[in-house]
Amino acid sequence: MADWLEVVLRLLVVMAAFLTLPLLVGQAEHKVMAHMQSRVGPMYAGAFHGWAQLMADGVKFAQKEDVLPDAADRTVYRLAPAVALLPYLVVMVAIPIGPGLVGQDLDLGLFFVLAVMSIGVLGALMGGWASANKFSLIGGLRVAAQLMGYELPFVLAAVSPAMAAATLSLTGIVEAWEPWWLLWQLPGLVVFFVAGLAELQRPPFDMPVADSELVFGPFTEYGGLRFALFILSEYAGIVVLALLTTVLFLGGWQGPFSDQLGWLWTLLKTGAVAFCVIWARVALPRMREDQLQRLAWKALVPIALAQLAITTVGAVIVA
Amino acid sequence: MSQWGSGLLKGLKVTWQNMTRRSSTAQYPDAMPELPPRSRGVIALFEENCTVCMLCARECPAWCIYIDSHKETVPPAEEGGRERSRNVLDRFAIDFSLCMYCSICIDVCPFDALFWTPEFEYAEFDIRDLTHERDRLRDWMWTVPAPPAFDPHADEPKELTAARRAADKAASQAAQEAEAAQRTEGGEA
Repeated sequence: MADWLEVVLRLLVVMAAFLTLPLLVGQAEHKVMAHMQSRVGPMYAGAFHGWAQLMADGVKFAQKEDVLPDAADRTVYRLAPAVALLPYLVVMVAIPIGPGLVGQDLDLGLFFVLAVMSIGVLGALMGGWASANKFSLIGGLRVAAQLMGYELPFVLAAVSPAMAAATLSLTGIVEAWEPWWLLWQLPGLVVFFVAGLAELQRPPFDMPVADSELVFGPFTEYGGLRFALFILSEYAGIVVLALLTTVLFLGGWQGPFSDQLGWLWTLLKTGAVAFCVIWARVALPRMREDQLQRLAWKALVPIALAQLAITTVGAVIVA
Repeated sequence: MSQWGSGLLKGLKVTWQNMTRRSSTAQYPDAMPELPPRSRGVIALFEENCTVCMLCARECPAWCIYIDSHKETVPPAEEGGRERSRNVLDRFAIDFSLCMYCSICIDVCPFDALFWTPEFEYAEFDIRDLTHERDRLRDWMWTVPAPPAFDPHADEPKELTAARRAADKAASQAAQEAEAAQRTEGGEA
């Protein structure tokens, strides 16, 4: 009976985090981006500095007509937003934010997380194909090309801390983490973060949704709640990427008073990484498709491989 | 050829600096903008100065000024003089749906009867209400701010120079007369 209750409780907490953290990141993006551009951003919704803007947006999306293009592949079209969003929920179950504070601690946590996360990208691909629209299709194929290019450095970089900690368990990786890993794993950290941005199609890697040439890429035909789900999945993706970066490379809940305030450290570090995601969006220009591929294959993959070599040497010396 | 990546770093730096500074945004309906005098908001008519010379209506590129008038005769000022005729304004209207805010009417008015005022909240639901008639144009006159001050070392306004010159002349004349009067008094004594 107690086991059953605990499982439900953990899942509820994960669900709550899944529903609030992306909104927090979205609101932070509104405000941070505005101030970085010398604006003030939303100010009216909720009366205090526009804190309720995203809820107002949600209400608006819910009121909109559910448009289904004539030529669309109906089932796939309807399924795509769920395929884009749900993997991030599943991933969050396995990411620890404090010692013992995890939906389900898996021995193969890292493997599970990486495998499920890459499903999310399929949602955009499905949406792009099923919309029966040239912009959507081109956008969808760009998503596919980006996925092919960046999945490899992403996974290679993620393997590095697992090798260093000699475990695939995310909790185990955090517990094995030591501050000097920041230097040791620095190239891996950079590759992981950049490749993660590209997987989420966040600027400067937003070629698939480049609005100046593709309207809104795979999401062109979507509107209303389905569109909102796609947008939500983007922010859930940021949260998951920031959490993973924190857990793999930044030592998760390690820090002063980590026994009591561990979860706070994780959230703080996650927030800092999410801030960098937003900052990159504001400051950096969009990369062209060929620049995108060149960065992946000529820079990130070699660096990730070099990081693996460095990690191997370090692990052998330490062990 | 600059260092590779310096542009990206510069972008990060600029956005960071923007974020740490206060933005100068004023939320308009809550905070009214401070507009300088002569801002092109709406045109005010100081109808006491208008002589119905029609220059504004003729120069207007958009043909948005409507003027009607009639002549009245004024009785002679002196006995045996001639009667004078005078223009009386009947209608003065500006159609702000046509006006292009070029300021030519205000520049061309020789009698300072037209003024810019910075008021800008006169949107209407019916386009016909954008034609402001004489009363409304006269009412805008109350919102005309004082003209901006002159630059510190600028020439003084021509009106001031002329007035001072006249005052100086009168003063020196009075002084001369007083001196002359004193001299005659001294001679007698």
